[in-house]
Amino acid sequence: MIEHLPALQTVLPLLAAPVCVLLRRAALVRVFAALVTWSCLAIAFSLLQEVLRNGAVSYELGGWAPPLGIEYRIDVLNAYVLVLVATMASVVIAFPLAGRELRIPKERFFLFYALFLLCLAGLLGITITGDLFNIFVFLEISSLSAYALIGLGRDRRALTAAFSYLAMGTVGGAFILIGIGLVYQMTGTLNIVDLGQRLPPVLGTRTVWMAFAFLVVGTSIKLAAFPLHQWLPNAYTYAPSVVSAFLSATATKVAYYVLVRLLFTVFGFAFVFERVQLTALLLPLSLIAMVVGSLAAIYQTDIKRLLAYSSIAQIGYMTLGLSLANLDGLTGGLVHLFNHGLIKGGLFLVVACALSRVESPRIESLRGMGKRMPWTMAAFVVGGLGLIGIPGTVGFVSKWYLVLGALDKGLYFVAFMILASSLLAVIYVWRVVEVMYFSDEEQAVERHDAPLSMLLPTWVLIGATIYFGFDTELTAGVAEKAAAYLLGGAS
Amino acid sequence: MKISGMRMREKLIVRVIARALIPFILLFGLYVQFHGDFGPGGGFQAGVIFAAGFVLYGLVFSLADLQRVVPWPVVELGVALGLLLYGGVGVASLLLGGNFLDYKVLDSNDAMQGLHLGILLVELGVGLAVSSSMLAIFYAFAGRREAR
Repeated sequence: MIEHLPALQTVLPLLAAPVCVLLRRAALVRVFAALVTWSCLAIAFSLLQEVLRNGAVSYELGGWAPPLGIEYRIDVLNAYVLVLVATMASVVIAFPLAGRELRIPKERFFLFYALFLLCLAGLLGITITGDLFNIFVFLEISSLSAYALIGLGRDRRALTAAFSYLAMGTVGGAFILIGIGLVYQMTGTLNIVDLGQRLPPVLGTRTVWMAFAFLVVGTSIKLAAFPLHQWLPNAYTYAPSVVSAFLSATATKVAYYVLVRLLFTVFGFAFVFERVQLTALLLPLSLIAMVVGSLAAIYQTDIKRLLAYSSIAQIGYMTLGLSLANLDGLTGGLVHLFNHGLIKGGLFLVVACALSRVESPRIESLRGMGKRMPWTMAAFVVGGLGLIGIPGTVGFVSKWYLVLGALDKGLYFVAFMILASSLLAVIYVWRVVEVMYFSDEEQAVERHDAPLSMLLPTWVLIGATIYFGFDTELTAGVAEKAAAYLLGGAS
Repeated sequence: MKISGMRMREKLIVRVIARALIPFILLFGLYVQFHGDFGPGGGFQAGVIFAAGFVLYGLVFSLADLQRVVPWPVVELGVALGLLLYGGVGVASLLLGGNFLDYKVLDSNDAMQGLHLGILLVELGVGLAVSSSMLAIFYAFAGRREAR
């Protein structure tokens, strides 16, 4: 069975979804979905170990040999992303569903778990597959279930948020499909590794340039890279908090992975960074995202919207690392993928904890909560420190590599901007902390924290942001290997 | 559903023609389903045609009549079972020692027979899932006015 792990990685959650519909009972479905998700995590870890020990793993679906057949191909890069996605899913699935955040009654909760597993299957599928068209198929599976998950939010505006995400996401998906069609027309292959070998002779053609433009813009929409981020704030604000936690930690990260894969494996370093000069476009946009996202976050009154705008800024850091296109920069971008997943997933779970006791996600309603919900609010503070990038948290590790990457290229201004936007993060995190801990009213408040079943998964993520701030072997170590592997032929 | 003031089911011609057509639509759906491995067709198209027969019944008579024939839980079951059948074939080939969805191992003697069986079952799964999904979509839209 061990050689079939790549197939099981996606098949398990995909087939577990209809089983959830057959089981129906909420409590039963929850245990079942959690077991499936945790098995996915175990599979992801064993794949990562296998890849680190013996190099890339290839699996032929249906027994048809690549490049004609569909191939699952796992190297350091996607094994690392698989671990990230499975980890986040495993924590979020353990988090109890709060009925007050969902628009469906308890007897329909099985639909949430079915959608969640479908979304997970799609995200894992995008990451694991070595076939460009297969990426598109899994992208649609994950996106469609994500739209439905967002629409489950209790607030009616969740529906319009889900719809505008659907509209933008469909445009992105269509662009990606057009791009795939064009490269297929030029090369006659859809296998990613094969494409990497067959594209170089035709790289000068206008068709390939168009394909490149469509693919990059399409994935940037899914990634919510500035200025294509318009769908993100509403989607994360009105979705149930657990959904925001899961999607913010995985969906945009997987899109980032697709972008990296396209740029480095399909089109290749020389084309992307020397002929097209993507850095000239991506670097300024990343810097703007970092500043504008953080500035917008400062002015929000809703804590979920604040976190959503902060996500846009953090995605800016990741694309910045990509645009630097050197070892440290790319390592920074990739490690921030994992680190930001931990931080933002953790912070959205904090919001979910808070919403179990507080009526609205407005920052004002958290007034004095530092005393009432000490563990929840302490988790927010620790996560916030990670967002700022205080030494000892994961945020510092990512920014350290990014600054190194910028200095390596002699871009002192970029290094300065990284630090400056961290200061903006201090402001928006402080605004919340001030409301939570330093309210004027001195009244005796009773401690009434979120239940342990909620605090535990939250603190697993928040604790991990500290742990991986010191032990960077799994995160930065693997990210550096992946970056070196990607840049292997180039620098 | 109303046409020029009259409910559709009160129109004799519409009713009779629909009654006469529905069996043929369903039969054609099955034809496309099982013809799929030799010619144009397959589970997806067949599923849509098959569901169209039921949708026509729902349009001409009423949603309530249709839901007596195919209740909502059956539709939900169909979607789930269709996907499970598809994936189940893949898992079966996995358990028989092949790769996922490698139909050739499904028949231990003749790889071609295995391929044939595999594609037949997979298409059946697709057909079931698609026709159930089509009905689910129709129920969701047609049921909106009655839900209010």
